[in-house]
Order: sequence, then C-alpha cells, then structure tokens
Amino acid sequence: MALMKVKFNLAKRVKLAQGLWLLYWLSVMAGILIFSMGLFFKIELRKRSEMMDNNESHFVPNLLILVGLAACGINAFGGKVCHDSLDPIKFAKWKPMVKNYLAGCFAFSIILFLTALLCFTMQISLHFALAEGLKNGMKYYRDTDTPGRCFMKRTLDMTQIEFRCCGNNNYKDWFEIQWISNRYLDFNNAEVKDRVMSNVEGKYLMDSVPFSCCNPASPRPCIQHHLTNNTAHYDYDHHTEDLNIWTRGCREALVSYYGGMMNSIGAFVLLDVLMQAGVMVGLKYLTTALETSDPENPECESEGWLLEKTVKETVDDMMAKIKKLGKGNQVEGEGEEAQAVATVS
Amino acid sequence: MSLLKIKFSFQRRVRLAQGLWLLSWAAVFSGATTFGLGVFLKTELHRRAEVMHTMDIHMVPNLLMAVGLASVGINICAGRICQDSMDATRFARWKSYMIPFFCLALFFTTLMLVAMILSYALQPSLEESLKVGLKNGIRFYKDTDTPGRCFQKETIDRLQIEFKCCGNTNFKDWFEVQWINNRYLDFTSQEVKDRVRSNVDGRYLVDGVPFSCCNPSSPRPCIQYHLLDNAAHHNYEYQTEELNLYNRGCREALVTYYMGIMNTIGPGVMSVFLLQMTVLASLRYLQTSMEAVEGQENVEVDTEGYILEKGVKETVKELKEKLLKLVQFGQVDAAAEGQGAEDGASAEKAATPESK
Repeated sequence: MALMKVKFNLAKRVKLAQGLWLLYWLSVMAGILIFSMGLFFKIELRKRSEMMDNNESHFVPNLLILVGLAACGINAFGGKVCHDSLDPIKFAKWKPMVKNYLAGCFAFSIILFLTALLCFTMQISLHFALAEGLKNGMKYYRDTDTPGRCFMKRTLDMTQIEFRCCGNNNYKDWFEIQWISNRYLDFNNAEVKDRVMSNVEGKYLMDSVPFSCCNPASPRPCIQHHLTNNTAHYDYDHHTEDLNIWTRGCREALVSYYGGMMNSIGAFVLLDVLMQAGVMVGLKYLTTALETSDPENPECESEGWLLEKTVKETVDDMMAKIKKLGKGNQVEGEGEEAQAVATVS
Repeated sequence: MSLLKIKFSFQRRVRLAQGLWLLSWAAVFSGATTFGLGVFLKTELHRRAEVMHTMDIHMVPNLLMAVGLASVGINICAGRICQDSMDATRFARWKSYMIPFFCLALFFTTLMLVAMILSYALQPSLEESLKVGLKNGIRFYKDTDTPGRCFQKETIDRLQIEFKCCGNTNFKDWFEVQWINNRYLDFTSQEVKDRVRSNVDGRYLVDGVPFSCCNPSSPRPCIQYHLLDNAAHHNYEYQTEELNLYNRGCREALVTYYMGIMNTIGPGVMSVFLLQMTVLASLRYLQTSMEAVEGQENVEVDTEGYILEKGVKETVKELKEKLLKLVQFGQVDAAAEGQGAEDGASAEKAATPESK
C-alpha cells in the first residue's frame, strides 16, 4: 500500500518535470538570498562589535552563510536531475543517486528548520551581550587617550545619533559615570574639587549628557548640562520635558534593530523550508513515476508515490536495517576472534 | 559623392540586422538606466529642497528622464525595424517614416549631450541657490513656533549631522544670527539684557553654535558656547582647536556631494550617448542598403549603404532649397488665389454685359 499514489501520463510527467525545474531554480535563488542575508547580518554584527564588547557569537550568521551555499548546491543538482529526467539515457546515470540525494535533502531541511529556530532564539544572547558592551562603552567614553579605546567616544556618539538613543537603559546612566576626561578638568577650580571630593571614588560626576543625546526635533536649543536643575534654565521643567534629549536607551534600540533583522531572516528561512519540502515531494513523485514507466512505451501511464509502503512499514524497515548493520558488525567481530583463536591454537 | 559609403553583401546585411537587433535591446536597457539615474538625481535634489532657493538645477534630472524614456521608445522602434528588414514587403511600410524618425532620434540624442553640459554649467547656479537657501535656513532656525518654518531647525540640524558641516560658509555664520528663540530667553536676566541691547537690531547674539555642529571625533566633550573665549574652558584655544566642531560649511559640503553624483552619472550618460549614436548609424546603413534591394528580383544582390546620399554641403543646400520652396509655395499660392479671384470677377463682368 503505497503512500499517496498519483497517476501520471506523459503530459503530466513532462509538466511536473518542467514545473519542478523552475521551482529548483527559484530555490537556488532563495539559497543565494539566504547566503547574502547571512553575510549582511555578519557585517552588521561586526560594525557594532565594540558595542557588544567584542564578545558576540558569530555562529548564526556563519551557519546562514553555509546553509545558503549548501542550498544553492543541492538545488542546482536537483535542477540538473530534473532537466535530465525526461531523457531516459541521461536519467539512467542519476537513478542510483536519487535515493541518497532525497535522504540528504530531508536532512538539509531539518538543518534549515533548526537554523530558523536559532535565528529567533539568538536575540536573547544578543540582549545580554549588548547590555554588557554598552556599559563598558560608556565607562571608556572618556578614554580618548588610551590606545585601544580611543575611538569608543566616537563610536558611542555615532551610535546614539544613528539609533536615536541615549545611555544604556536611559539617559540617567550618564549621571553615574565620569564621561569627561581628567585632561579637560581644571583641578584648581573649586567647583571641580567639590564634585570630585563629594563621592567615594573621586569621580567627576554631573547631571549632564553628551551632545549626541540631543534630539534635533526639539523646538529649543539642546539642554545638555544641569538636566535635573529646573532653575538652571529658563522655562524648563525636567519632569515634563521629553523632546530635549532621546528618551530611549541604546540597548533597547539596538535589540529592536537586530531583533527585527533576525525575525525577518528567520521567517524567510522558514519559507525556504517549505519550498525545500515541496521540491523534495515533487522529485520523489517524478522519479517514482519514471521508474514505473515502460521504457519501450514512453507514452504509457505510470504511478508515482511518496513512500513505497505505508509510514509504519517504512519505519519498521529502517529500524530492521539499522539493527542488521549493528548485528553485522558484531558477527564479524566474533568471526575474527574465532579465526584468531583458531590460528593461535 | 555619398558620405561614408560601404558595400554590403547579403550576408553582411543579415549580420548587420542581427547585430543591430541585439544592440538596440542593449540600448533599451541603457535608456532605462538613464531614466533611473534621472529619477535618482531628482529625488536627491528634492530631499534637500528646503535649503535650495531656486529649482534651476532640476533641469538636469528632468532632461535625463525625458531622454531616457525617448531612448527606450526609439530603440524599441529600431529593434522592430531591424526585425522587419529581413522581409522586403514588411520593410517597405517603414519607408515613409524613416527620415522623420532619424531626425527625432538625433534630436533626443543631442539632448543627452546637452544634459551633460548643463550638469557642469549649472554648478554656479546650484551654489548660489544653496547660499541663499542656507542663509534663510539659518535665519529661521529659531522659528520653531512659526507655521511654515517650524521644521527648519530639525532640517538644518539633520543636515549638519549628516553632511558633517556647520553653517553656510563656516561655523562663524551662527554668530551673526539669533538662533535661540525669545521664548527661551530670560529677559529679566542682566546678561540677556546686555546682549540684546549691545546690537542695533536687538538680537540675542552669542559666540555659540547648535549641538549639530559638534564633531563626534573630537577627543573632548563638545564645546558649543563661548567658542571665542579661551578662558571659559580649561586647556582650550580656539585658534588651534580644529576637531571640536565641523570645519566645513554646509554649502561646500552639499555642492561637493551633488557634483560627485553628477560626475558619476556623466560618464554613464556619455556611454549611453555613444551607444545610441552607433545604433542610429547602423540603422541608417541598414535602411539605405535595403532600399537599394527594393524592386529587385534577386534579394541577395550586393548593395551599398551610406549615411548621406550626397555630400554634407549638397545635402544642406538641398534642405535649404526645400524650405525656400515651401515658403515660396505658400506665397505663390496666395498670389495665385488673388489672381484667380480677380480673373473670376473680370470673367463675370464680361459675362454679364454679354447676357444683356
């Protein structure tokens, strides 16, 4: 009792082969797209690797790149098989490989599905990497004279401007660190001395933010300093002011940016899984229809199916095969031992 | 003496037709590309339309778009003519349209050159337009409560951040305008009153710039205010400080940007122009060589193709004579009608006394 048997005459076979060939080429293009999406994702991660403390895992984009290339190769091969399928001479050389090829396709589809799942779940690890990276970034903001960290200020400024965000969770993170280098502080000034002595670690802390936190859409010129002091600025109330500086934190901004990217990539990979399943089914039908067709009479009707026996029987068959393989090794091992014993004695 | 005569055997004619067919499709694509480039340039100019005073420079992308579309049409026609050229009967129906077609095609192809020349010739106009536009933008920066100007601040801020520039010519332009709205100035404060009274127009001028002039590459936090006062900041000297703010003026930045785009488009348009001229020349050769085959029984005979039937001078003379004849014909017609009316009147007069 074959699974999902379908009758095919010559015209139907030809149409199936043509349609399948087209689908295979679409799958090749989808594979190329996955490859380029993986590349794009990798480049985006690299661009902001300083925000992630150089600690981010490139596993997912690398996997996407590999999977994209593999998809291209597998589907190109499938397309070639399809193309040759209507010519019995050419098809004869592909026939023995079809079974293993379909098994490989099945395994590849599972890998694709797992990749899509990884795309969706990687956001969590990215969240933590960003939190840590931004915290350190802000800590090293002022170290523009320390080799290895001298570009942190520029990177963080450009990130805050580009992503329209301020600080890690919000702008108040800037109040807790010293973001002005000591080189630009006049330690003879009484105000500076007061501030530095007023906290345990001797840091110069202010209720100010860097200029990159400023929102251009604000109707008034940007207020950067003395943010929590209403009397320092005319007609200013920091409780109600929300257009002056960016209110969003950079971690949230970056996570939503990367999250959006990863969600779309994951969705596309899932679509590709469906496409792979479709072409697998099509190829199985085509090859079985060609097998059962009479080589002398090409215009005869033939049958195609998904599985030769029912699902249960196929699974039982596979288990039996695996057991035989296992037993085969054992028997061979025993045979060798017996021989060795025989030769010794 | 024909211009640039070439002999064409039947094989060569066929090859010419095939090559021309391919070339015309390539030219269709390049025409579409020209149209795309025109659209791109127009959108880029439109994006910054708020800081431009006049729209003169839009002539260049408009021309490119028109030429691109015309080129697509012309080349599709050329492809059809090519396809029909192998069949003498079908080719005959194009005969009367060929000369006007060539004139039209030449006109649009020269427009391409005109567009390229304009892109360089209009640079001073672009610069002037930006100068006035930016001056107004900076003047209206503070008017965030005036309808119609309330987004000027955001536009100028985003422009300065994106193009890494400050002010019109340089950052000192900000010292000459009041860019802080009166709503945010405490007029009871002595400092504000002093500043406002210290100049004739009663404006609050500061030696400060908006935050969008700040350069993120500066090693120190941005100094926006009291820029000319060395004592106001620790370890600061405005004469030698160059990383604090953007040094470039926005006019220079924008002109460089747009000229960069147009310099990139220029060679592309040039190559499209050359391709188009090649297509037209090949089509002319095909047409003239096929015309010689017309009416002959043996289609595979050798013929000659040329650009102009007679030399350039003779063709120009002929054209002039034709035009004069047309003009004269009009005059002669009018004179003849006048003469005819008189004759008719005198004939009637002669007839009536007779009938009496």
